[in-house]
Amino acid sequence: MSSKETIGLIDGPGALPRKNGELVFEAPWEGRAFGMAVALSDQQVYAWEDFRQRLIAEIATADAANSSSTYYERWTAALESLLTARGLISPAELDARAAEYLAGERDDFDHDHEHDHHGHH
Amino acid sequence: MSHDHPHEHGHDHDHGHHRPDPLTPAEARAKAIESLLVEKGLLSTDAIDAQVAAYEADIGPMKGAKVVARAWLDPDFKARLLADATHVIEEVGLAPSTNQLVAVENTPAVHNLVVCTLCSCYPWAVLGLPPTWYKSFAYRSRAVIEPRAVLQEFGTALDESTEVRVWDSSAEVRYLVVPERPAGTEGLTEDELAALVTRDSMIGVAKVKAPALAAR
Repeated sequence: MSSKETIGLIDGPGALPRKNGELVFEAPWEGRAFGMAVALSDQQVYAWEDFRQRLIAEIATADAANSSSTYYERWTAALESLLTARGLISPAELDARAAEYLAGERDDFDHDHEHDHHGHH
Repeated sequence: MSHDHPHEHGHDHDHGHHRPDPLTPAEARAKAIESLLVEKGLLSTDAIDAQVAAYEADIGPMKGAKVVARAWLDPDFKARLLADATHVIEEVGLAPSTNQLVAVENTPAVHNLVVCTLCSCYPWAVLGLPPTWYKSFAYRSRAVIEPRAVLQEFGTALDESTEVRVWDSSAEVRYLVVPERPAGTEGLTEDELAALVTRDSMIGVAKVKAPALAAR
């Protein structure tokens, strides 16, 4: 509520500070990748510092290799590396799932479908 | 581009029925991670939505702008801010920063510039998410080595006599630049002042410009 009020107050020719910048996310999936990493830390699945160290490592590796990978590609790689290192997701199931998405064999799941999965076992 | 389509039904929610472009490998991996996390009960899509919405819509640089505007108007507040920004931002209704927040003041004698040389540490609580250039290798590497040249590229010219201080952010400490209040802003309210304060000025790559003389 208060943020909406603030937005209203500083709209107009004065321009919102946040309008001076570019889009925060260049594609929706980048926002999802961001949200996942923050939410997992919030729910104490891992400490933020553990994610940050993985991110630093991914960025350093990519920089050293002169990689053209984007920031959120590195971010996602860091998340993947942390989740697999913790045994929360196995590399094999991740590869398989990613391949399904790449091949277009899987729709974007939505909230309702997720609830249905619980009944299948 | 499809996102410009004015008559798009509903919002961006793409159910895959008509996907014009194949996924990029990174996008597929991100989706794979999300779907597995949700299946395993480690995360709900709602929790992710909430984070994205909070950072996209609610936690923008206007929060930092409000802090700066108050500091310009209230010398006591400014003194406390410069002494202990971590706790003082709560006074303007912001959630306390989970990291130590340090406010550094620009003056005619000193210009402060913030960078994170290792990754992208940034004062999220007051500025939202960092801009793309903040995360670029060029900025991360050059801000420390040749800050004046970097500032020049942002259109910020400094007097020879102005000292440039570069602050390297870390997991523990984040920095907020309190830019100089421009001349000609006497009599403006806190909200009017906050509207002048740009994100870039709070990172230290730009100065705050006086309101256009043409306005009103």
